[in-house]
Amino acid sequence: MLNFTIRRLLLAIPTLLFISLVIFLLLELAPGDPMAQVPLTVPPEVKQKMREALGLGEPMPVRYWKWLVQFFWIEPQILIDNLFGTHFADGKLRVISWQTRSPVMDIVAQRIPQTLWVVGTAYVVGIIIAIPIGIYSAYRQYSWFDQAGTFVSMVGFSVPPFFSGVLVIVVFSVNLGWFPSIYDTTLKVDSWDSFMLQLRQMVMPVMVLALQITAQISRFMRASMLDNLNQDYVRTARAKGLGERTVVLIHVLRNSMIPVVTVIALGVPSIFGGAIITEQVFKVNGIGQLLITAIEANDLPMVQTLTFIFAVLIVMFNLIADVLYGILDPRIRYD
Amino acid sequence: MTELTQPMPTKPPRSQWANVWDQFRSHRGAVMGAVMFLLIVLAVTVGPLVYWNNAQYVPTGRDFLKLRDMRPIYILLWDPSAKVDWLYPLGTDNLGRDTLARLLMGGRVSISVGLTAMILALFLGTLIGMLAGFFRRLDGPLMRLCDLFLALPLLPMILVASVLFREALSAVLGPEGGIFVLIVCLIGVTSWMPTARIVRGDVLALKEREFVLAARSLGTKNRFLITRHILPNVLSPIMVSATLGIATAIITESALSFLGFGFPPDFPTWGKLLNDAVDRMVLYPERVIWPGLMISISVLAVNYLGDGLRDALDPRIRGR
Repeated sequence: MLNFTIRRLLLAIPTLLFISLVIFLLLELAPGDPMAQVPLTVPPEVKQKMREALGLGEPMPVRYWKWLVQFFWIEPQILIDNLFGTHFADGKLRVISWQTRSPVMDIVAQRIPQTLWVVGTAYVVGIIIAIPIGIYSAYRQYSWFDQAGTFVSMVGFSVPPFFSGVLVIVVFSVNLGWFPSIYDTTLKVDSWDSFMLQLRQMVMPVMVLALQITAQISRFMRASMLDNLNQDYVRTARAKGLGERTVVLIHVLRNSMIPVVTVIALGVPSIFGGAIITEQVFKVNGIGQLLITAIEANDLPMVQTLTFIFAVLIVMFNLIADVLYGILDPRIRYD
Repeated sequence: MTELTQPMPTKPPRSQWANVWDQFRSHRGAVMGAVMFLLIVLAVTVGPLVYWNNAQYVPTGRDFLKLRDMRPIYILLWDPSAKVDWLYPLGTDNLGRDTLARLLMGGRVSISVGLTAMILALFLGTLIGMLAGFFRRLDGPLMRLCDLFLALPLLPMILVASVLFREALSAVLGPEGGIFVLIVCLIGVTSWMPTARIVRGDVLALKEREFVLAARSLGTKNRFLITRHILPNVLSPIMVSATLGIATAIITESALSFLGFGFPPDFPTWGKLLNDAVDRMVLYPERVIWPGLMISISVLAVNYLGDGLRDALDPRIRGR
């Protein structure tokens, strides 16, 4: 297993390098110029110098190499510096955003908590709702509960977040006035009241994201339970007189969770992608919203870094899913 | 020798597709989904020709004040003082353009983007899956390519690419045509992977079957082997992924339009209509609800259709 993990980790490096090259080349085609907003009175030589100061004067391979060094070598050093107070990265050039002229990773680090809070809570809530629904739908297959569950998860698949989000805003924020429609990220949680405020503003984005997650995972859970419920070992367990609760919730559930756990791991990056839209609807200033504004402002270093972070997430969670599958299911041997 | 007890069969044996149709008919949700989707397609193709108001018409002068911000007629049920007109069943927007006409035109764009992108993705997926499954030498590289595409962050990449290539394509094909081609290509190029994987798996299994050996021993060329003997046998998974492909394509296009990276302004699509209406949704919730409802219903219909198709085409489930 360890062998397999190490092999996969090593294989992830060329994959990520290649993806970063693809992203870099795609952005190379961008027509935008970071000097577009500089006044026309600035002489061309000065403009050229400013361009070089942004690292644009050099040929393409050199810039790609510099970005790689900055992202994989200097940024981790900054992280270590911040964690332990060391001085590895003093005076080294970091990836600079064209919008704010400050390091990209600093802005990303400011934005990630908001995204993680909303997306993470939604994911946990979605899983907690989905698993019991999946178990009961499978146990009572074709009952009215199962039919209703199928319908609700179909709706969850089909209603795009930009519609369900707007719908819950109309219903809960405009008509009922229960929750604020805009997520206030400046809110500091230091008392019970501000905690309740934070909770109230998180309800709607979490609800929208959780509906989608529930739809997907409850389908998987149901299918996986159905596969296991007809197995011989279930009959054996019943025949030796175990209670129904033990049979379903211990014997069947444990085996059914194996594929579901990997699906949960695989779903994490796509949830970050889906959060781009949800963040836009509720005005959460997380990394999805950062990406949209960066694309609109033609801030290429920011777009490149963010897209690459999404790619890292995907590759990482694919790896985690594969490893988990091997750990949980003793029948699977990768060697 | 005993006599045959069974009478001679009078009816010809049932074809495979008759069985599939029977199974499909018994899935109530799937039939409803199919009917619903056909209705929507019919409405958006024929609707703009039949409907009396023009989607592009913007009233000016006194007409503008009279026609703008009209409410749908059903508002009369609870608010008799609302500004309505029976000639504008779903009301008008803040420029006085008819909402229903724009919904129908927008549906035309959304559905045609969905269908064309699905066909492109299906073509790419089938081609790559077939090549990977049939020719052993291509299998490794093509499947690595597939893995690589699956590891790309697709939504961010689509957003970036739709900004980058917009100008260039608009210059060549005109603003609307350029964006249409761009969006269809982007969705198609980023959603062929599941189809390719399924087709490859099926082709790998089919390639070892006796009928392929028989055809090969008769001297059939590779090209005919693929088109005559293998392709018809992988048709059912392709059909299922076609329906799911339409659903994802419609959602992706609407998401792009919603985020403002889709079609140019004043060119209606469902996502665009929804996005335009969000700012005024407190006063005019119907302008948000109708486009959103149309997207959701078409995707729901297509998903149910795909579900039923999968059950109908799977001989292990059939007859249960």
